[in-house]
Amino acid sequence: MRVQVQAASFDPAAEIAGFAKGRRDIGAEVSFIGRVRDDSGHLLALEIEHYPGMTEAAISAMAQEAVTRWQLLECLVLHRYGRLAPGEPIMMVATAARHRAEAFAAAEFLMDYLKSRAPFWKKEITQRGGDWVAAKASDEDALTRW
Amino acid sequence: MIEVLYFAWVRERIGLARETVETGAATPAALVAELAAREPRYAAAFADTSALRVALDQKLASFDAPLAGVREIAFFPPMTGG
Repeated sequence: MRVQVQAASFDPAAEIAGFAKGRRDIGAEVSFIGRVRDDSGHLLALEIEHYPGMTEAAISAMAQEAVTRWQLLECLVLHRYGRLAPGEPIMMVATAARHRAEAFAAAEFLMDYLKSRAPFWKKEITQRGGDWVAAKASDEDALTRW
Repeated sequence: MIEVLYFAWVRERIGLARETVETGAATPAALVAELAAREPRYAAAFADTSALRVALDQKLASFDAPLAGVREIAFFPPMTGG
């Protein structure tokens, strides 16, 4: 299990290539990459604030739960903070298990929990200033299925 | 003495990222009432606590949780990670 919170960018392809490398007991790997999306065509950057210490602790607890619940053989959560440009990767999750059902479910669980239980806050920066992204009720509702 | 941290728009409204507060408040709700009574910027940040979350020693908690023994409390809006 690896949890990493960083300002620096990362190379999703390199992370996937190194993930669970050399293991012979893994039958399924799922990876998800979240990117900065520009819906308006006017987004200059996304600023991500976080709570150092709590962020790592909260993500580690979620990852540990996923590993236990779906018997993951490997698990990676990488999340950035700071100022990101549209198109840049924000975060990634990778899960590895014997079979795909477990790998998919664990990845979805981690994505749902990262959305509303990891202490990150996004601010959209445009020419006219910054707007904090509001949490969606649907993100909170998504947790009930777990 | 308790270390109080503010994040996102709570930090912006109050104009501070963290401060040390001398308080005898028994719960986060009581501390919020004390802070909100200080100055308009605190009152503005804490106007609607249903729009806020609280963490005690870096763990999510409720506004009526006991503050006894807590060293660090943080106030912030609902999280938007992922």
